[in-house]
Amino acid sequence: MLAYLVRRLAWGIVTVLGVLLFLFLLFFMLATPDDIARKAVGEKAPQAVLDQWKLNHGYDKPRIWNPEAPGDTMLAEHFRRMLTFDFGNSDADDTPIADRLLGGAGPSLAFTLPLFVSGLVLGISLSLFVAFFRDTYIDRVGTVIAVLAMSVSTLLYIIGVQFLLGKLLRWFPISGFDYSPEVMVRFLALPVIVGLVSGIGSDMRFYRTVFVEESSRDYVRTARAKGCGEGRIMGRHVLRNSLIPILTNVVVTIPFLFTGSLLLESFFGIPGLGSITVDAINANDFATLRVVVYIDSLLFVAGQIATDFSYTLADPRVRLG
Amino acid sequence: MPLHVWVNGAVALFALGAAVVAWRLRQSALWREAGRELWHRRPLALAFVALYGAVALCDAISWTDAEGTGVRAPRSLLERAFPADFHEASYSAPLASVEFYGGQPLHHPGAHWLGTDILGRDVLLQALRGARVALLVGGLTSLIAIPLALLFGVAAGYRGGWLDDVVLFLISVLFAMPGLLLLIALIMALGRGPVQVCVALGVTGWVSFARLARGETLKLRELDYVQAARALGVSELRIVVRHVVPNLMHLVVITFVLMFSGLVLTEAVLAWLGLGIDGSWGQMIDRARDELSRDPIIWWNLAAASAALFGLILAVNLVGDAVRDILDPRTLRERT
Repeated sequence: MLAYLVRRLAWGIVTVLGVLLFLFLLFFMLATPDDIARKAVGEKAPQAVLDQWKLNHGYDKPRIWNPEAPGDTMLAEHFRRMLTFDFGNSDADDTPIADRLLGGAGPSLAFTLPLFVSGLVLGISLSLFVAFFRDTYIDRVGTVIAVLAMSVSTLLYIIGVQFLLGKLLRWFPISGFDYSPEVMVRFLALPVIVGLVSGIGSDMRFYRTVFVEESSRDYVRTARAKGCGEGRIMGRHVLRNSLIPILTNVVVTIPFLFTGSLLLESFFGIPGLGSITVDAINANDFATLRVVVYIDSLLFVAGQIATDFSYTLADPRVRLG
Repeated sequence: MPLHVWVNGAVALFALGAAVVAWRLRQSALWREAGRELWHRRPLALAFVALYGAVALCDAISWTDAEGTGVRAPRSLLERAFPADFHEASYSAPLASVEFYGGQPLHHPGAHWLGTDILGRDVLLQALRGARVALLVGGLTSLIAIPLALLFGVAAGYRGGWLDDVVLFLISVLFAMPGLLLLIALIMALGRGPVQVCVALGVTGWVSFARLARGETLKLRELDYVQAARALGVSELRIVVRHVVPNLMHLVVITFVLMFSGLVLTEAVLAWLGLGIDGSWGQMIDRARDELSRDPIIWWNLAAASAALFGLILAVNLVGDAVRDILDPRTLRERT
């Protein structure tokens, strides 16, 4: 177990270092600091202005090799600052990146946590229901609805729900955010609805396949033979034994609850990490973008390790080693 | 040489390639059987996909008129199905004979079946032209991603050793970065344009199929006929090309169909971020967003683009499900 953990952690660290290297190649070699500076100050700016911008934002060192002082390069600086979580300032407005990201985690979590929990409950219970009636009309109708729901662009869901529930029926505010709980609930209603609707199609298909697959196993036949009711079979035996594929799908997404959703947050004006990222994209703020990708990859690696450990909790037959 | 000549050449090359592939597949009884089964199960969805393909093809072939006819820019076959000066001054409702705001008479009263947009362009024509962009996004990206995935996946699975380690490392690094964000970062670094978007989608899209191909190759490598070929002294390259890759082809087809709809939907999200391809349905939807808050509202832009997008994705999803059921009994069933 310990040996496994150490090996897993080591692989995770190597992966994160690989991500950092990739980010360096992307943001320093493919798009050079000159390109970034030109985007910030304008196409026709003279070289002196570019150099000043690069100096102000810390892009003035040699990129890979500094003959005078080896180690005093952008490459070393990039790795050192990322690994020590010293993220510096935004390229766009010079505010500290770390403060902004910390401020965004709260609203993101307030939005994604209800969405995650309700999506999980809704997805699993709907697909259990459909799988219970497998090979009947209910199952077929459910599958058709799932495919239809999957074929609609999220953009259209957003526009449709905002227009219908927000503008025509005036049930909920169209977009915005507030930190007091009562008002927040009203603001979060629409984005959560859209998130549920746009995710339910693929979720339902995935879980249904898992459940149907599982309910053709021998132990289900045994349970049926000894007189166990269908409801109990689905709720107890099948659900319990389907936990591994469900966990594979779910646990890895938990760390991303902090980072929110790009699309929904910025459409519905939730000041979370998703919105911050979209703002960074629109402002050509490469420094913030780099940090967000880095943090997301850290969270992903953590989520993967957590997934492996959740297997041992769900299924005593699984041994990590 | 002007751009449209290059595009025509590429389209011809693509059509030739597709014809050769189709002919080769017909040679094998297995694929012929699968094709017949697919047609039997999903005739309507297949016809729909073919219709979109035909529209896209018509829009991809273009040429310039002879000197002196007035129009200088090259026009596609699709555009030639409409009058040359088929635009108005501004918005007009479907089949209207006057402008939507102001009530000026139109040049082509009653001829715009789906109305016109803010610049007076015919919405039907634009929605039809979106098919070309959608198929470009799905097709070109798959042409980048799938060979890349096969190359890395098969090489890693067949060779093992350090090559396997390197490829696994690459896969886990690309996997660790959030897909959409990586995509955006790549497009920002590469620049904006149709080819750049497809390259970025390809670079982010090959990873999961490479993993699958690697796993399957590991299994295939140990099978008796591969061992037999090795014992007979068949070269490694020949084993891979003749014995391993053909046995992955069903996965290639399934992945291609399942990937396609995801790619087109992703382009719509990119369009909303301003990173999409010009003329896509995503861009039309994005632009139509504000028009819903006009009074009285402009709905036909949004409706046309959404319906066109929905139709293609639904047809491809239905075909994809059937393809997976026919070609693959188990491997992919548990993923999505």
